[in-house]
Amino acid sequence: MPAFLDDFLFSYQSLIYSLGINGLLALSMYVVLAIGQLSLGQAAFMGLGAYTSALLTLKVGAPFPIVLLAAMAVPALAALIIGAPTLRLSGVYLALATIGLGEVLRIAFVNSELTGGALGLSGIPEKAGYTIIFGSLALALIAFVLVSRSRIGRAMEAMREDEVAAGMLGVDLPRYRISALVVSAMLAGLAGAFNAHVSSFISPNDYGFDAAVTILSFALLGGIGSPFGPVVGVVILTLLPEVLRPLHDFRLVFNGLIIVIAVLFMPHGLLPWRIGRTGARA
Amino acid sequence: MLAQQLVNGIISGATYALFALGFTLMFGVLNVVNLTYGVYFSTGALIALYATRHFGWPILLALPVAAIATGLIAVVIDGLLLTPLRRKKAPELASLMVTLGATLLLYSLMTAFIGTDIQRFPPAAIDPSAIEIGAVRITRSQMLIVGTAFAMVALLLALMRGTRLGLAIRALAENPDVARLMGVDVTLVTFFVSFVSGTLGAAAGILIGLNYNAIQPYMGEAMMLKGFAVIIIGGLGDIRGALIAGLILGLLEGLTAGYIASTLKDAVGFLLLVLTLWFRPVGLFGRAAAKRA
Repeated sequence: MPAFLDDFLFSYQSLIYSLGINGLLALSMYVVLAIGQLSLGQAAFMGLGAYTSALLTLKVGAPFPIVLLAAMAVPALAALIIGAPTLRLSGVYLALATIGLGEVLRIAFVNSELTGGALGLSGIPEKAGYTIIFGSLALALIAFVLVSRSRIGRAMEAMREDEVAAGMLGVDLPRYRISALVVSAMLAGLAGAFNAHVSSFISPNDYGFDAAVTILSFALLGGIGSPFGPVVGVVILTLLPEVLRPLHDFRLVFNGLIIVIAVLFMPHGLLPWRIGRTGARA
Repeated sequence: MLAQQLVNGIISGATYALFALGFTLMFGVLNVVNLTYGVYFSTGALIALYATRHFGWPILLALPVAAIATGLIAVVIDGLLLTPLRRKKAPELASLMVTLGATLLLYSLMTAFIGTDIQRFPPAAIDPSAIEIGAVRITRSQMLIVGTAFAMVALLLALMRGTRLGLAIRALAENPDVARLMGVDVTLVTFFVSFVSGTLGAAAGILIGLNYNAIQPYMGEAMMLKGFAVIIIGGLGDIRGALIAGLILGLLEGLTAGYIASTLKDAVGFLLLVLTLWFRPVGLFGRAAAKRA
């Protein structure tokens, strides 16, 4: 590796890591929004993944691949418990129940001795790196592009546009909804595990309401026409506060404002184009 | 011990019911989930705090003024964020998202200016004298809390059931288009409902602020968890359900804190929420609300 690149990667290491981790989170938001649902549990799923992985590494000494699998399995289970009853109802229930999940997990992390209380867990070894984080992000992106081009992608888009019509056309709504939520929880859990294993320190407040809304702002800024939209949103919202220092202090105000503007004035986001279909006949 | 826990439970339950009432009213009538509702809770408490601290107002004056001021803020927020979406007939989740963004914006603006430190009412605002009935101790502030909560609920029920405005509100809840055809001024009634909801949320914030005497901008966020639990247990948009579910939640929290562990108190609401979703998603008295074309 050339020396200047080495220096660059070293100086901006944590920023580059957060680009990759936020990218995975934005995709986890995308997969739910893509079927017209709204889950606000992304930060909670991420927190579950982070704590599960950190505890397995610190207390059990489990090998990293196992740790990553567990960090995806635990949030997936939480998604099933919350999602199975709510996804039969209108979208409002999932949104409310997932915000509730985030709030109750924060309380649980703060009050439990196992998770280190309000101080969180520290001394987590740095086991994740550029390769695995950006490799996972690339894999997830490719997988989503392939899915969008398939029959499943068309069904998802139909659900987003008009659920009742999609159901009439034979789309198995409950199955798509629960699958999307579980995939979303697994991606967020993975991002949480990476986050824990690059920053060496996690605390309950990293996964609260602010984080949940910020993740939504990535997806809405970029737009959810294609999986690339949310990633564009991440690049802008992660880098902008670094370039414009005054923005840094009002970062959360700005993220909130982005959502308001996106919903009211640009419902398709910055990247409105959609992925073409294979085998589609006009 | 049991009697005291039950009394404490009823006091918090009354404030939960009051808080959830405004939230469920907005959903039931305006058909939006307005997440800025938690901000009204904090705003009300903060305005009352400043009025008592800087102007030396008694709490009996600060409470209605702060509640009405917050009600007006709620009308402005509704006009800016939700009226455009209503005009566009945007999907339900759009209103949820836009208010979510606004919530983060407002909370972080508030913390940017006044910080996250816990602030307290001046001692003069809170009357510490208490009445003791047997082993049960009730402070005068707590009596004010319960009294205000019951008075506001009674007033709201009388308004909804006994006046032409209440009839217009119920018509709007049933069907906005038909209500318009029947001569209801939908814009005016919408603003009125936002105003009432903001007032209820703010009043709950002030009363809970008095009960625990700990006020900071994000207090509304923790309260929203209880609000979600109460409106889902009571059935979305169901006023009677919200009142009863609020009292039940307060009582169960009191009993949990007294007999199991006080750290588990805040998890009770979420547990009830998940159980309701699994076993009775329509809520206590709810009717099935399946979404059809």
